Amino acid sequence: MTSTALSPDRPATSRRPVRAGRPLTRASGLGFGVAMMWFSLLVLIPLAAVVVTASAGGWSAFWQAVTNEQTAAAIELTVGTAFAVTLVNIVMGTMIAWVLVRDRFFGKRALEILIDIPFALPTIVAGLVLLSLYGRTSPLGIDIANTRPAVFLAFLFVTLPFVVRTVQPVLAELERDVEEAAMSLGASRFTVFRRIILPSLTPAIAAGAALSFARGVSEYGSLVLLSGNLPMKTEVTSVRILSSIENDNLDSAAAVATILLAISFAVIVLLDVIQRRMVRRG
Amino acid sequence: MASHPSTRTRRGPVTYLVRLLVIAYLFLLVAWPVYLVGKNTFADGMDNINGILDDPDIVHAISLTVQVAIIAVVINTLFGVGISLLLVRYDFPGKRLLSALLDMPLSVSPIVVGLALVLVYGGRTGWFGPALESAGFQVIFATPGIVLATVFVALPLVIREVVPVLEEVGEEQEQAARSLGANAWQTFRRITLPSIKWGVVYGVVLSLARSLGEFGAVKVVSGNVLGETRTATLVVEEKYLNFDKGGAYATAFLLALVAVACIIIVSVIRPKEDR
Repeated sequence: MTSTALSPDRPATSRRPVRAGRPLTRASGLGFGVAMMWFSLLVLIPLAAVVVTASAGGWSAFWQAVTNEQTAAAIELTVGTAFAVTLVNIVMGTMIAWVLVRDRFFGKRALEILIDIPFALPTIVAGLVLLSLYGRTSPLGIDIANTRPAVFLAFLFVTLPFVVRTVQPVLAELERDVEEAAMSLGASRFTVFRRIILPSLTPAIAAGAALSFARGVSEYGSLVLLSGNLPMKTEVTSVRILSSIENDNLDSAAAVATILLAISFAVIVLLDVIQRRMVRRG
Repeated sequence: MASHPSTRTRRGPVTYLVRLLVIAYLFLLVAWPVYLVGKNTFADGMDNINGILDDPDIVHAISLTVQVAIIAVVINTLFGVGISLLLVRYDFPGKRLLSALLDMPLSVSPIVVGLALVLVYGGRTGWFGPALESAGFQVIFATPGIVLATVFVALPLVIREVVPVLEEVGEEQEQAARSLGANAWQTFRRITLPSIKWGVVYGVVLSLARSLGEFGAVKVVSGNVLGETRTATLVVEEKYLNFDKGGAYATAFLLALVAVACIIIVSVIRPKEDR
């Protein structure tokens, strides 16, 4: 296997310490303090500032900012497209993971590298890359630049690795005996997949889907050149926030950003729950 | 579980169909578009590449990007290894919450990252910005802001690589070293570090790829001043929007080259683990 390297999420065995650790000593306590101070200054305080700024004007100002016609359209487009893309990823991602683990053919390693490209490629470059095949100069004659399908395509590209890389390690660890037993008892391959493989993969698929949804909702860079950012049509939430920032309207930017933060946070909580369940199952 | 002979013998038409579908999907979504950027870059021979390398502003942007990425990687490596050790080897209240919060940067929109930093470090209205500015330290619209944004977005990558390795190697050797009289630093340098070496290396390579390519967050905090705070990814956007497609393709090609190189390096050096 080449890389779970770029895997947005490692298999469930990790992350969660199994043994109870030691209490902090004086030296490690100092290190902990320094690390937490840095983490607070860099991440926690700035993210808190977004929420505080959003709530500074009270509920009505917040509600007004996020239900503004153009903003609401942007949020609807972003969430709707991210949801649709996640559904595609659940099917295609599982299929790709299955091919990578169970199938054998020449050139499979190249596929492994292709999966990781969307994760490592700068998002602005991703936009340019997609534009070269699906833009005005498309050799296929498909020009979807500045349309809603372009938003879908960009999300599809940037979220490609998530389901694949969460499902792949779990699939690789599955015991084959059970499947072979089921087959020897006359179960069809479809039944084996549905009754034996799929249930064990469900938590991993759910985790990958959650990550892919979160990534889609927060996407910005790949859309800049591809979607044209037309208000009410192809403008996504991040672009909407950016234009508020550029118009020096930080309050309304913070209000919309709070919605995105709430989605990210919900996804993280969900992942934590899923991972705990996976660990318990062993 | 190296090989499963049974799969090789049991191949139905469905197997081939799924394989074909997957290959076609990846070809249309990733391989062909990426190839076209390379092709467009070299459509006029080396002209596009030479064009950007002769432009001092672009060279400045590239060198700024590299410097920022290196600083960000160093910070994230030190922080990442430290926090991983604390998470795995020590117990403290709020550990589960911290572990979840550390993943936050992966799912936050880069624009929100930029906004968050502006709200705190912005020179005019930020929480700490005005105080820092009167002390002569400008963060937003200057290099420190770009570094902060880059560190933010790449923060979890080293941790995600190192934590699983630390858990896997366990604590026995470290305890043995300590019981033989090694102090904390000696234990870390002689025992812990060698065993997590590859985890750290992967984390560094991934952070490097992510740091070189950050766009949205940097766009918000950098001010995008030509020859000063414009980074390589911002050059791609600016060139494209100003109809200099050759320049945009060439810069994008260089960035893509580094990204793909990082993936290949990781995939080659990662030992054939778990399967």
